Amino acid sequence: MSSRGLYEKILLDHAKNPRNFKVPEVFDVKLEGFNPLCGDQFTFYLVFDGDSIEQVYFHGNGCAVSKASASILTTLLEGKSKREALNIIESFIKIMKTSPNEKIDEDKLGKMAVLVGVREFPVRIKCATLPWHTVEKIIQGETHSVVSTE
Amino acid sequence: MIEPLYIKSREGLSTGPNIGKSRTAVEYLARKIGLETLRSNFPILGISVRGKPLVYLDNAATTQKPQMLIDAVNRYYSRENANVHRGIHYLSEKLTDRYEEVRTKVRGFIGAKVDCEIVFTKGTTEGINLIASSFALPRLKQGDEILVTYMEHHSNLIPWQIVAQKSGAKLRVLPITDDGLLDLSYIDEFLSDRTKIFAFTYVSNVLGTINPVRDLTKRAHEVGAVVIIDGAQAIAHLPVNVQEIDCDFFVASGHKMYGPTGIGILYGKAPILSEMEPYQTGGSMILNVKLDNTIYAHIPHKFEAGTPNIEGVIGLGSAIDFLNSVGMYNISAYEEALVSYAYQRLLEVPGINIVGPFEPRTGVLSFTMDCAHPHDISQILDEEGIAIRAGHHCAQPLMERLGLPATARASFAIYNSVEEVDLLIKALHKVRKIFG
Repeated sequence: MSSRGLYEKILLDHAKNPRNFKVPEVFDVKLEGFNPLCGDQFTFYLVFDGDSIEQVYFHGNGCAVSKASASILTTLLEGKSKREALNIIESFIKIMKTSPNEKIDEDKLGKMAVLVGVREFPVRIKCATLPWHTVEKIIQGETHSVVSTE
Repeated sequence: MIEPLYIKSREGLSTGPNIGKSRTAVEYLARKIGLETLRSNFPILGISVRGKPLVYLDNAATTQKPQMLIDAVNRYYSRENANVHRGIHYLSEKLTDRYEEVRTKVRGFIGAKVDCEIVFTKGTTEGINLIASSFALPRLKQGDEILVTYMEHHSNLIPWQIVAQKSGAKLRVLPITDDGLLDLSYIDEFLSDRTKIFAFTYVSNVLGTINPVRDLTKRAHEVGAVVIIDGAQAIAHLPVNVQEIDCDFFVASGHKMYGPTGIGILYGKAPILSEMEPYQTGGSMILNVKLDNTIYAHIPHKFEAGTPNIEGVIGLGSAIDFLNSVGMYNISAYEEALVSYAYQRLLEVPGINIVGPFEPRTGVLSFTMDCAHPHDISQILDEEGIAIRAGHHCAQPLMERLGLPATARASFAIYNSVEEVDLLIKALHKVRKIFG
């Protein structure tokens, strides 16, 4: 598979114009995700409304794959309950661990589908999963340290 | 042996107002060193990657290997294998001679005085660790200082952090300028009679900067500091003479000089090496062993415990033969011209920032692009068959100083050509098209 499969139009759009990409004025919790291998470094900011996630913002530096992945993640979690959010994250991380040959019903994936191609590039999988691991930790209540992919 | 090129004559070949060398100038030097024949000695340069001819620009990570090395290692395993320094039999005696001949070859190559000043290690990392634990640790105490620089590879930083922690000595770090040169205006402040060790790199593996090793060594000796030079990025690209530099230690890796992985060179001045305790103990490094007492072997064998990496040493010998057959002055002259051309061409790509000075430098060329992260650059280049490195290059404090999470790094070797530079530039335009 050529890198064209990696840098799909939608992925590039999210990388170039990331959604919810800012340091918000107010937020409930934040957590930094860091991949020491490549220097990808994003901080995620969550605004909760009771048990549900009102808004997710992120800011920082990273490659196109990590930035797009973070951007897609923030749009997916908006308005979801913590449990729903954790389920979405869990299913995404599970998919990223499957072999690229494994057929996946892309219709069911919705916005996540664009990231499935990353499985073809094993060294880039961590770029895609870093944001998800970080936000997972926030929802689980871990807010005091840096999440590292290593 | 090719006639050495007269370095100054290259000035006249420079064209116009550009700072870099012209394509014609580099091509002229390529003919002088017989680049086409030279390339044909490296079988891997003929392979295709992702349907494109391989353009290997990750030489600062590791260099490719010439056919003569592959043949020598093959011959060693097919016809010459035995253990060294042990058997009273034909194969062992022959191989021990060859093993020690390589030591002599290394001595000549780096200009050491005597063979016993050359210790074979696993690589630069082990060399520095050996010096840190066998030389520095037993000698340093509270109040002493160790000086390194901001442009060190982690391998020339972490061993000193540990020595500092264990001995109570203070670790200090010489700053760099924004241009990527050592900031020598700080040298008097950082180098004093408290400085017991000054460990610095000859060439930065991120910036490509060539440091003024002779001057730094002289300054360090004036205050009584022992000088350790990390030569990993220099040894295959610049003529090195440890006696002219007058450094106390010099370390390098075989695999960055067209040799095998897992073999390295440690040079130390004989009187210093002789006074040091062994690094590891066991077989080979002894003269006489009683149950309660052991007399160690003389240098260099005192530091080569266990059966050594014989294949590595044989391969290293071939790598030095290769380097000598081209000539280190020719190599540095050609690579300097090639990287100067590459630097200029890179500057012509909109949105590119080169990290590191125009000169004095070697062929380690780090850059960033406004439109794309280094990982994405590397991915697109890979699709074009071009191998570069992206990341922090095992120099995180330097990256922090530069304010960069990562860089893309194209690093050149003697077999790279202007055509390959052109392919790199073409691919970078493709990166701009995709991400711009």
